[in-house]
Amino acid sequence: MKIEVLGMGCTNCNKLYQNAVEAVRLSGKEAEVVKVEDIQKIMSYGVMSTPALVIDGVVKVKGKVPKVEEIKELIK
Amino acid sequence: MLKKFADYLVFNLMSLKPETHLGEATNFFVYDTIKVFFLLSVIIFFVAIIRSYFPPEKTKRILSRKQQYIGNVFAALLGIVTPFCSCSAIPLFIGFVESGVPLGVTFSFLVSSPMINEVALVLLLGLFGWKIAFTYVGTGLVIAIISGIVIGKLKMEKYVQDYVYQVKVGDVEIVNQSFHEKIEYARDYMLGLLRKIWPYILVGIGIGGFIHGYVPSNFLVKYAGPGNPFAVPVAVLIGVPLYSNAAGTIPIVQALMGKGMPIGTVLAFMMAVTALSFPEAVILKNVLKMRLLLLFFGIVALAIVGVGYLFNAIL
Repeated sequence: MKIEVLGMGCTNCNKLYQNAVEAVRLSGKEAEVVKVEDIQKIMSYGVMSTPALVIDGVVKVKGKVPKVEEIKELIK
Repeated sequence: MLKKFADYLVFNLMSLKPETHLGEATNFFVYDTIKVFFLLSVIIFFVAIIRSYFPPEKTKRILSRKQQYIGNVFAALLGIVTPFCSCSAIPLFIGFVESGVPLGVTFSFLVSSPMINEVALVLLLGLFGWKIAFTYVGTGLVIAIISGIVIGKLKMEKYVQDYVYQVKVGDVEIVNQSFHEKIEYARDYMLGLLRKIWPYILVGIGIGGFIHGYVPSNFLVKYAGPGNPFAVPVAVLIGVPLYSNAAGTIPIVQALMGKGMPIGTVLAFMMAVTALSFPEAVILKNVLKMRLLLLFFGIVALAIVGVGYLFNAIL
């Protein structure tokens, strides 16, 4: 599973990244969490509000920081 | 009722004298704090619900079908209800430009969105009353519309960073949240925002209370009154580095108004705080060439100074 955190390095993006890492750890899933900071790549997902969470190429959350619990639900 | 409660708390329970400086300042602090936090919780919650109906993707779709003028009006209005944070300014800008929203229309949005924000609105309503709050919103819209039209007329398209036009924007479906999710989102949004701004508000109201109780009335008339032609531009210059921190500055400004700062200067200052910010300029530098960035800030600053003079002259 590939989890991408889209955002250009703002505080909320870092928070989302940490939540995603934590959610993966708690769920015990095999998943790679990466930050995507390149604007071209971010835009290719059609996202206009960051931070956003992309799981296996699908935009799941945008414009807010989901809690660890919510991310755990999403990657189940 | 609130007033009575604040009076009772300060003058009876804390047994401070109403006519003393300390009594005045404390009373002001208690009353304003309770009122502002109550209003913030209620209004931000409802604003968040309204906003969940206007995700930026939808706003983009509406604006990409609009021409100049009418597009500028729509953009300024949608700027009020579309959630915006300066950290999303770049994807938002690129998304607009790529989908064919005219540049001037995009700028109308970029002016109104930070200027007419919910925190500023609540504080204006709570501390200044609805007349000044509406004047602020009305003139804010006019500034956003006019700045956008002017930038549109100047044909600045070539001063957008070149790569912006090459970016391919993917399609994303707009997920419709259930009403329950909207409520949850609104609650989280309100709590998150309050958690972030409460210290600024308390400090702002604290300083406001101090000014209210200790600074002699009419103290500012000499320096910031209509008689001083530099008051408005100086107020705007002071406002720029305050980084859109409406939460901390508006309570202070309200106290200053009580000490003789005229309404035009007050409005200009608050608009400079919300609409002109350094961090936003740094972020926009990623999508705008220097010339357009300076032009954008210059036009908005001029318009704000103009509003300041206008209201100082007519009120």
